[in-house]
Amino acid sequence: MNGEILVVAGLEKSFGGLRAIADLDLSVFPGRIQAVIGPNGAGKTTLFNLIAGVFPPTRGEFHFGGKKMNGLKPHEIARMGISRTFQNVELFAHMSVLENVMIGGHNRLRAGVFQAGFRLAGMRREERECRERALDELRFMGLEQKAPLDALSLPLGEQKLLEIARALATEPKLLLLDEPAAGLNPRDTGRLSETVLRIRERGITILLVEHDMNLVMEISDVVSVLNYGRKIAEGKPREIQRNPEVVAAYLGEEGNGASS
Amino acid sequence: MTRKDLKALLIIAAGIAVFPWVFGGNQYFVSLLVFLGLNAITTMGLSLLMGYAGQISLGHAAFLGIGAYASGILTTKYGLHPLAAFLAGVLLSAGVAVLVGKPTLRLKGHYMAVATLGFGEIVFIAFNELSSLTGGPSGLSNIPPLSCGGVAVEGTPFLYLVWVVVFAVLAFSLNVINSRVGRALRAVHGSELAANAMGVDAARYKLKVFVLSAVYASMAGSLYAHFLAFISPNAFSLMFSILLLMMVVIGGSQTIWGAVLGAAILTLLPEYLRSLEDFEVLAYGAILLAVLLFMPQGILEGVRRLFARREGRGR
Repeated sequence: MNGEILVVAGLEKSFGGLRAIADLDLSVFPGRIQAVIGPNGAGKTTLFNLIAGVFPPTRGEFHFGGKKMNGLKPHEIARMGISRTFQNVELFAHMSVLENVMIGGHNRLRAGVFQAGFRLAGMRREERECRERALDELRFMGLEQKAPLDALSLPLGEQKLLEIARALATEPKLLLLDEPAAGLNPRDTGRLSETVLRIRERGITILLVEHDMNLVMEISDVVSVLNYGRKIAEGKPREIQRNPEVVAAYLGEEGNGASS
Repeated sequence: MTRKDLKALLIIAAGIAVFPWVFGGNQYFVSLLVFLGLNAITTMGLSLLMGYAGQISLGHAAFLGIGAYASGILTTKYGLHPLAAFLAGVLLSAGVAVLVGKPTLRLKGHYMAVATLGFGEIVFIAFNELSSLTGGPSGLSNIPPLSCGGVAVEGTPFLYLVWVVVFAVLAFSLNVINSRVGRALRAVHGSELAANAMGVDAARYKLKVFVLSAVYASMAGSLYAHFLAFISPNAFSLMFSILLLMMVVIGGSQTIWGAVLGAAILTLLPEYLRSLEDFEVLAYGAILLAVLLFMPQGILEGVRRLFARREGRGR
């Protein structure tokens, strides 16, 4: 360990005969924005789901802040300080914008069925604090005026920002963003990139899967390139843009690194 | 609780309070309202379980039975105070609910329905076979009335007591829904994947609601035993579990009030359908079918939408 916040070592994941991730090593350093890019099917979302504990790896280990996190359930990983957004927006239907973000604060609240049922004073206080905290996150995103609306009534661009606000409300150390710019128009993408930079300023490390290369090259500190479940390159955005293997993977040139 | 909830609660409370004056000492009506209240206590728990935790229990009559037999056995055979027996029943039901719920709620799908079906049957057989304790199929009689400070609570005061419990359970349930716990459950309903990623332990909250619903049923069971002074296994069969579920479905599982309405309909309706004799079951089926076809959200929500539509047209 050399101060990495997340270390992925020898990771492998097979679904039946399909090997989605093969022998992947990845290190994420704190305070950075690290992008994971690669053609469709390169294993990027699978990597996120493995880190978030949605399913177990076939082989390999994860360490987060020096602690091994293999075998932990998603909610336990969330409590350790990893939060995420989803490629296909997964907001809570029939709940308001504010309530969605308040779910992010779930683990800082203590009230169980008993305290809630009797509306004890402690429960009312922490509920108020959770609401304030959620409003802070909405303000950070510029969504505070939408607080009472149904979450799914927002346009897609704001739904994506709301998902990030919800993830931030968990007070994560590491934030996983799965294609945050997918489906966004240029103006919303601009708002997104500015937001991601402001999140880094808060000291939160960001791991980003994204297809929008302009966004990736603009905001990332480090770019890791996956192809067929392997890491084929890693470096600063400028280095990656010039890397012939990366160019080949994207354009599908003969004899690329894919089958190696 | 919102202001609207409070208003509805006060209206019903006023209705119950003046009821004995209007109908005098008519014991038939008093007992009908007692049963309505007891059923409502149970269905409120079931509606939390179905509407919020997304789980179906086919064995809730067993929890009623555990409460009833705990009260019956502990007061008649061991001379315990009815309140102590009541609490013992609640604790026993909660413990049993944890044992049944913990393994099944970790699984996705309708394992809870299957497990509670089996559980209900086992408890039903136990009530029949453990005759030295339960009196077997012929039942347990001479259960003393609920008493407080040496004064027996019977008749109209008992009716009031039952409805105080109904309102307490109603308020408690509404508070739970409008809290961190209810929010977590709604989130799980919306997207279990995202709820887990936000640190919500879905299985844990489903279990909590299951235990809560078992506690409600046990409370109703204990009150039932003291009211009738006699219990037998047949009152806690699979048929009654299904009737309870029907109450929730007919009233609407998305709101607690739907559970109360469903309990009211299926408690009072049989009294009016009795003249149909053998066709009673047919009428039940027709009502259930009509609700599922025309008001799949339950009667409460269905009627509310009907009114909303009429208002919309008026404008």
